[in-house]
Amino acid sequence: MDVAYLIETVIKVVVVLLIFSALAGIGTYFERKVLAFMQRRLGPMNVGPYGLLQVAADGVKLFTKEDIIPSNVVPNIFKIAPVITAATAFMAAAAIPFLPQFTLFSYTVHPIVADINIGILYVLGMMGVGLYGPLLGGMASANKFSLLSAARGAAVFISYEVVTGLSILAPIMIVGSLSLVDFNAYQSGGITHWLVWSQPVAFVLFWIAAFAETGRTPFHLIANDHEIIDGFGTEYSGMRWGLFFIGEYANMFFISFVIPLLFLGGYGDGSMLGALGLLGKMAFFFFFFLWTRAAWPDVRPDQLMWLCWKVLMPIAVINIVITGLVMMF
Amino acid sequence: MHNEQFNNRNVSDNGYYLVDIEDYPTDGWGKFKRVVKRTFRGELFVGLWVVLREMIKFDIHTVSYPQEKMPIGPRYRAVHEMKRLWESGTERCIGCGLCEKICISDCIRIDTKVDENSRKEVTEYSINLGRCIFCGYCAEVCPELAITHGGRYENASEQREHFVMFEDMLTPIDTLKAGKQLEFEGFGAITPHEDERVKKTPLSY
Ligand code: SF4
Ligand code: SF4
Repeated sequence: MDVAYLIETVIKVVVVLLIFSALAGIGTYFERKVLAFMQRRLGPMNVGPYGLLQVAADGVKLFTKEDIIPSNVVPNIFKIAPVITAATAFMAAAAIPFLPQFTLFSYTVHPIVADINIGILYVLGMMGVGLYGPLLGGMASANKFSLLSAARGAAVFISYEVVTGLSILAPIMIVGSLSLVDFNAYQSGGITHWLVWSQPVAFVLFWIAAFAETGRTPFHLIANDHEIIDGFGTEYSGMRWGLFFIGEYANMFFISFVIPLLFLGGYGDGSMLGALGLLGKMAFFFFFFLWTRAAWPDVRPDQLMWLCWKVLMPIAVINIVITGLVMMF
Repeated sequence: MHNEQFNNRNVSDNGYYLVDIEDYPTDGWGKFKRVVKRTFRGELFVGLWVVLREMIKFDIHTVSYPQEKMPIGPRYRAVHEMKRLWESGTERCIGCGLCEKICISDCIRIDTKVDENSRKEVTEYSINLGRCIFCGYCAEVCPELAITHGGRYENASEQREHFVMFEDMLTPIDTLKAGKQLEFEGFGAITPHEDERVKKTPLSY
């Protein structure tokens, strides 16, 4: 392993960390604005022009707030839980190609931290490990609402891992690789080569499961404000709570990258246009997360389980069987 | 707008009808059919469209409060005001003490003395807004229409006891000279057309 490679990787890691921490903050701004406009409100308006500095104000607030460790919690686990959420979210980003490779000062840059051959497995696995943030945080909090949310978190994550895994199995069978770069290469021939045309069911299933994985609104049960306060985040304050938040938003961004990479052609042939296309698709999926939050009600936990085990999983299995049969003959 | 239509209790004549709601399915096949129907009817997309339409229309209903304020009704009972006589500009309050007497939360304090013209003069007058419940009794009882409620509803103070003094409530003399003193239309005010309705005292008996 030569030094140049090490330096390049470290730089990439730092850039991804910085960009997505900042994006997570700006994501909250967009979320507030979009939700506000959809509800005929203005959203943040007072801090900076059009409330743009609201993110900075919130950051200052979170950083300077007292870090309270309540007396009955299990301190070490309580302290480490938010770090797990944020860290796993960013670790998942390592295998995501954010842009096609480009040349900077006659040096070819691959905007992916580690092009491992099991990319999808790694991304989904890392997002799955993210479960331990809410689970441990909720269980260590000495708060009944947190405990409820931890139990829900475990149930939702484990069930929907099944749906995500099964739904992308069929595309993986077609492409014959687990690397996201290979997925992109398979679909680089233009719109007609997109996997969404041959695997529409898998696309919809994966999309639905993405809402459960990120805990967004129709499946916003883990930290459902109107039932269980802030769930696992109830006892947290200051930057520890902020880490949960960054983790959630970073996850939303990463999954918004993964869906187009898997099904919608990713960055296409690697041209400038393709790169912008990927960013555009990512923006749409991110916007869709906010959009559903304004439009749709939350489902009950039992309905969520029902949907997972009795509807989505059978459909995913049938999809795999049919794909297999078609590929065989 | 007439009340008759609301007084008619015979609801079946008013265009009311029973909404046709299907019975809930009891067997598995019925439930399955309902799920399929709900899945493909696209109701979720109606919801999405509605919020997107509102976003595109950009018909914002926010009042950006400290800069803009909603108008309040003239009968609104906020912090008190003391009115002046229109002609002479002197205070209307005659120091009768009725408001102090009637105040149910005992928050008006008034002190008077006899001045050099042998007239009663108010020397101290304060209202403890921390106790006042803005019931309007003082404005109602005042025989001179002197104490009334105003429209200033934003108050802040460092302590619970928060007083307004006579001079603070009194209409500034320039406001009166400019003819801008507002009469209060709420409790205790003269009802419109009162002249036509008032009867003379029958002295004959
Ligand atoms: S409004 Fe009611 S409580 Fe307030 S000063 Fe007048 S009489 Fe007293
Ligand atoms: S404000 Fe009215 S009720 Fe009170 S002392 Fe003066 S004249 Fe009498």
